[in-house]
Amino acid sequence: MPFIPHTEKDTEEMLEAIGAPDLDALFDEIPKNLLIESLDGVPDAMSEMAIKRLMQERAAQDGAPLCFIGAGAYEHHVPQAVWDIATRGEFYSAYTPYQAEASQGTLQTIYEYQTMITELTGLDVSNASLYDGASALAEAALMAVRANRKIKSGRILLAPGVNPTYEKVAAAIAGTQGITFERLAMDSVTGNTAAELPDDKEPVAVAIQHPSFLGTLEDVDRLTDWAHERGAYVIAIVNPTSLALLKAPGHWGEAGADIACGEGQPLGVPLSSGGPYFGFMTCKQQHVRQMPGRIIGRTTDLDGQTGFTLTLQAREQHIRRSKATSNICTNQGLMVTAATIYMSLVGFHGLRSVACRSHQNTTRLIEGLTALEGVERVFEGAYFHEVAVRLDRPVGAVLEALANRNILGGFDLQPMYPDLGNAMLVCATETKTDADIDILITALGEILAEGKGRSA
Amino acid sequence: MSELPGDLLYTSEHEWLRREDDGNVSIGITDHAQAALGDFVYVELPEVGQDVESGGDMAVVESVKAASDVYAPVDGTVVEVNDALADDPETINSDPYGEGWIVKVAPAGEIDEGALMTPDAYQELLDQEDA
Repeated sequence: MPFIPHTEKDTEEMLEAIGAPDLDALFDEIPKNLLIESLDGVPDAMSEMAIKRLMQERAAQDGAPLCFIGAGAYEHHVPQAVWDIATRGEFYSAYTPYQAEASQGTLQTIYEYQTMITELTGLDVSNASLYDGASALAEAALMAVRANRKIKSGRILLAPGVNPTYEKVAAAIAGTQGITFERLAMDSVTGNTAAELPDDKEPVAVAIQHPSFLGTLEDVDRLTDWAHERGAYVIAIVNPTSLALLKAPGHWGEAGADIACGEGQPLGVPLSSGGPYFGFMTCKQQHVRQMPGRIIGRTTDLDGQTGFTLTLQAREQHIRRSKATSNICTNQGLMVTAATIYMSLVGFHGLRSVACRSHQNTTRLIEGLTALEGVERVFEGAYFHEVAVRLDRPVGAVLEALANRNILGGFDLQPMYPDLGNAMLVCATETKTDADIDILITALGEILAEGKGRSA
Repeated sequence: MSELPGDLLYTSEHEWLRREDDGNVSIGITDHAQAALGDFVYVELPEVGQDVESGGDMAVVESVKAASDVYAPVDGTVVEVNDALADDPETINSDPYGEGWIVKVAPAGEIDEGALMTPDAYQELLDQEDA
């Protein structure tokens, strides 16, 4: 039942008052050739009971597989209290708290979130969040071009380890505004940016993902200093969990990254088939005017009491219309609430334990996998909690065989990185026990041995 | 009642310009504009040497209420920007026609005074807006 308060009589009276014969007449300025007569493939409406049944059946198809896929979204333990608190009535609205006097709790939550994210990334200011990691990179690119007015090339160089999906999204959003994205060359041994860096690109910004999409750890200090020597800004794309162990972007190189962004999902947001997630973004104080979205601040009211308020929003869409710093300047309020509660509950030491255990589990997994015949690491060097491995045969069929055993064994890199051969990414977070890890190692060993037996 | 110096030219975007002795024009926003926008917290200035086009964006003034564009009233090249506004943007509030100037432009060719407003014409615009 649509929740529309107008009766048919109301509608008729309104149409008569404005002199329109029927509702369709209100839309007659839309050219006829743009109208779709029928939506083939969209099934007829279903009853609530039928749709619930259908959705339960579909959800059951997912089963409860043992998941070793990361590639940008990571399965972490989410304490029960996180969503028990986040779904309380007081928090369970993602709507923007424009009315400060009625939204102190929401504003304080975002303020605490900003404080934690700036501490994690080692930068000065955080906005109230963005849609997801990919659109956060797009916003960071647009922001860098606005802020770095000395360089007009509009060219953003991406380290080879930037998530290819992020690049696609960033190019779709920022590409129409004269911004281009180019990849730096990869060193085939380490998977990181090649030692020799180009001197003729005049980049306005250099984006470095760390840990990289391929799981490797870049020499972020060298790249940051190289970019800054050329007047380019540095955009760090980081995994928030990893920051409990790795150097914060604000401390990269001599001067630190200018902007940090990334996918916030690992902080208390369940995988849930791909979303909703949230993007985060922090920057140095000097760039704050070009940061998209809003910033919540702490202040003192007329009676000397602490209060929270929208500190920076003058460049938002509702005030600045087409001149806004971004056309997507909402925030992911509910996801941020969950992340704030998650970070508060686990604390920095808890996050460090999550990061350490994930690294240890991945190490155990990689040692086991590479001991198998037909499995080797693609790259040398350090990693966080994800590693690229190469198989002696195409990855797709192997992953399918694992899925038949209720194991999601990894992320197939072949479509994105055909040059890497039969490569896939594997990841074991803190959620995996030694027994879980052994299940994957044993299963993969059996599948590879079976294949050998058949082909021999 | 806002102040309106008689030796300046005005625009419908609530900006003023002053012809300096060296042939350049100083540009700022009017007392009416600063009062309407409220306390300034930030000014985004163009680069010296940048070409500007009449009617195009040139600078941004950001108050506690809004961020607003400052448009170039003439074609030309930016020859000087008021860097002091970076630390003290509220100077625009306290002295909009003096220390609160924003940009100096070297006009390209003759200034089309017909496209600008005399103090009387601008006063009329303000009266209409009040009405």
